[in-house]
Amino acid sequence: MADQKVISRQTGVEDTQYKWGFEFDIESEVAPKGLNEGTVRFISAKKKEPDWLLKWRLKAFEHWVDQGDDASPKWAKLNFEDIDFQDIIYYAAPKSSDDAPKSLDDVDPEILEAFDKLGIPLHEQEKLSGVAIDAVLDSVSVATTYQDMLKEAGVIFCPISEAVQKYPDLVQKYLGSVVPYSDNFYATLNSAVFSDGSFCYVPPGVRCPIELMTYFRINEADSGQFERTLIIADEGSYVSYLEGCTAPMRKSHQLHAAVVELVALKDAEIKYSTLQNWYPGDKNGEGGVYNFVTKRGAARGENSKISWTQVETGSAITWKYPSVILQGDNSVGEFYSVALVNNYQQADTGTKMIHIGKNTKSTIIAKGISAGKAQSTYRGQVSILPGADNARNFTQCDSLLIGDECGAHTVPYIEVRNPTAKMGHEATTSKVNDDQLFYLQQRGIDLEESNYMIINGFCRGIFKELPFEFAMEASQLLRVSLEGTVG
Amino acid sequence: MQETSLILNKYEEDFDSISSNNPKWSSDLRNKAMDTFREIGFPVRRKGNEKWKYTNARPIASVEYSSAKFEKIDSDDIKLIAPWHESWINLLFVNGHYQETFSDNLSTNIQISNMASDDLAVNLTSNVGGIMDYSDDGFAALNTAFMSDGPIITVPEGENSGIVINLIFYNQGLSDTVNYPRVLITTGGNSTVNVIENYVGGSGDQTFTNSVSEIYVGEDATVNHYRLMNETDDTYDVGYGRVRIDTNGTFNSRSFFRGCGIGRYDLNVSIEGENASCDLQGLYFTNGAQHMDNFINIDHVRPNCQSNLFYKGILAGRSRAVFGGTVLVRKEAQKTDSIQSDKNLILSPHAEVDSKPALFIYADDVKCAHGATAGNIDADTVFYMRSRGIDLEAASRLIIYGFAGEIIDTVEIPELRSYLAESFLNSLPSHRFEF
Repeated sequence: MADQKVISRQTGVEDTQYKWGFEFDIESEVAPKGLNEGTVRFISAKKKEPDWLLKWRLKAFEHWVDQGDDASPKWAKLNFEDIDFQDIIYYAAPKSSDDAPKSLDDVDPEILEAFDKLGIPLHEQEKLSGVAIDAVLDSVSVATTYQDMLKEAGVIFCPISEAVQKYPDLVQKYLGSVVPYSDNFYATLNSAVFSDGSFCYVPPGVRCPIELMTYFRINEADSGQFERTLIIADEGSYVSYLEGCTAPMRKSHQLHAAVVELVALKDAEIKYSTLQNWYPGDKNGEGGVYNFVTKRGAARGENSKISWTQVETGSAITWKYPSVILQGDNSVGEFYSVALVNNYQQADTGTKMIHIGKNTKSTIIAKGISAGKAQSTYRGQVSILPGADNARNFTQCDSLLIGDECGAHTVPYIEVRNPTAKMGHEATTSKVNDDQLFYLQQRGIDLEESNYMIINGFCRGIFKELPFEFAMEASQLLRVSLEGTVG
Repeated sequence: MQETSLILNKYEEDFDSISSNNPKWSSDLRNKAMDTFREIGFPVRRKGNEKWKYTNARPIASVEYSSAKFEKIDSDDIKLIAPWHESWINLLFVNGHYQETFSDNLSTNIQISNMASDDLAVNLTSNVGGIMDYSDDGFAALNTAFMSDGPIITVPEGENSGIVINLIFYNQGLSDTVNYPRVLITTGGNSTVNVIENYVGGSGDQTFTNSVSEIYVGEDATVNHYRLMNETDDTYDVGYGRVRIDTNGTFNSRSFFRGCGIGRYDLNVSIEGENASCDLQGLYFTNGAQHMDNFINIDHVRPNCQSNLFYKGILAGRSRAVFGGTVLVRKEAQKTDSIQSDKNLILSPHAEVDSKPALFIYADDVKCAHGATAGNIDADTVFYMRSRGIDLEAASRLIIYGFAGEIIDTVEIPELRSYLAESFLNSLPSHRFEF
């Protein structure tokens, strides 16, 4: 990995630290602005969806309309103007994808070039240490690599719209089983209008031979992105899944409301890593992506394990709580997070660990870094229900403040209803240690580099949970995001 | 909803009937508070009501109470159920009304006046309602509208005799009644005062104690404040402590919960002077179907201050305990040093603890930490003790006592400390713990 262009790549965009802010000139087919029943039917028809799915979408839409805009969650420590849901494009697709490419050779070269520019090589010959990539541009998946190798292993990895056609039973069985359509305001919206996303099914006893990756990109102006990801690890299987995202720089805010559902059956393990780098807005807080995401995993079977790792550096606003429902006995849930906010960014992020089965274990390590005028909040819930004998939880959240105009907040909710549970929560907040900075500087390392080294060390525990290439990338991303925070 | 409006009518009637007897100085304050109460009502909303997330106020709010009337009682009975000592200034309030002081005539420089008097100096009355902000709190507004007798404790500059003022608020337990204890403590520069607030009594169906204490800690002054809740399970208790600390001031609070049906102590400490500190510790022991909610806010306004928030809970039976601690460090409050911790020992499979230790930090040069734990008695420790010949029950009691002792031992008034230790030991559940 000498080459640092997995996701980031210098693009020559001037006057900005955000290196992914260009837009591609790709012709798109878009739905008219606004949301009504017609929009939902339009999306469903575009995808040639079966009747049951359309009905499900409509049920979600009806629920969303019934509860009204007031039902959007207000409890998070976030300030933003109300979103006009009628001012969003709910479906945008690159035109060429209408005649579905059969192989990479059929993919529009413009799209391939676009992803190449982002540092996501979709050509299989440009092997990227064996990562199978599903690339999603605006509302549709444009390419999925390494199909042959996956086929051989029996792993299904394809756009969810394709899965609906090819594996309707699997999709129908699991879609909405972890995040029901009525779960929360944004999840309901997503259920009604979700466009595409990845679907993955790992059959019993299979260890997925390569890392799976989805790369999300919002391109079209004024469009929202509503992807839906569903991953199922059948008994005794293992899969590691990565997700990355970027968006062009725009003056207006863009909405991203995704839903991710994970299901781990008996003895299965899912490792889900995210490098979230949506456009964070400019120095004055103008523009940027609203990232309102519902991510939840169900550790359904005995001895199953779900692990979330996230590095959040982008988005104007992040509202995201990847959770694990520990249903199976001896199941394990993990959450590792680095959230870095700068300028006017706001992040309210954390996790939920719901212990239901016996001997369930969860670990939460969250690191928050605030700089500029940004506000970051860790909000996490650990619930130990009456049946969860011998449940264990350990939570640690540390916050680092850079500068005196930012804020770092910690709001844990701990609910224990079983006396055999053992849970511990600890949190600290401080600034970068002056003594450490002094030591590094007197060894000839400049202030900015010293700062970066200390913060990188602060995050190291999380980065090591990421797959190797991603860890390098995360480190780089951290450096870029920290630029200009000292001095 | 109709039911609720009926009940609100009852408060209106009562308000009209008491207004003629109230001291003139308080009528503006009461009218304003009543207006607020009319506007906001009780905090019974279940959705999006973060301050009352784990406690449902509806059972308390849906009873039609009448204001409790004074009835003289034998003070010897009280001496059996509340801590007291000859060397303390003991003041007894029955159903929110002052009865007597049972101490030898102690000479002190501390001035204690009754709020219900008409002829109070303006410098005494002007502070009533000055710290308690009831604008978004129906219960506190109600107390302000209905308060009757209550001590105004004024500690003069330099007063350091170490005297203990023991306030006993006895609720006689007349069915469907509410009483409104109210306390104001102001301290002059470089003074020290020890105050114990006892909330005892109850029985009868559904009685409600709704109290507010306002405490002003002056420059270089120290207030040691003890609060004991020991009411019967038919009692609801919603109490407020509102504290402001000036430069170099120190506020120490020890709060002990032993009983009442649904209880809540909402303590808010605002550190408004530099180099000031507060140390808030508490012990809650819930049993049966009791519900106790400790809702504590520390607001660091000025730099170079310290706060320590340390609560411990023991939960038995089907009880439920809630700990909501919030430390806010404002932008100006650099060099803040703050620790927050909540530790729970759960003895029963039917008990529940909900803990929310939150930090909101807007200053960068600070040291803030918080922690929370929950678990049951450590089996290894019990095994060790049993291997030394201590039986299971004694071993369990010893461990629980050791857990609670960490808070009880910090009580600096010896008579109160031994009272608490003894009454705590006696109240421990006697059943054998299962391992």
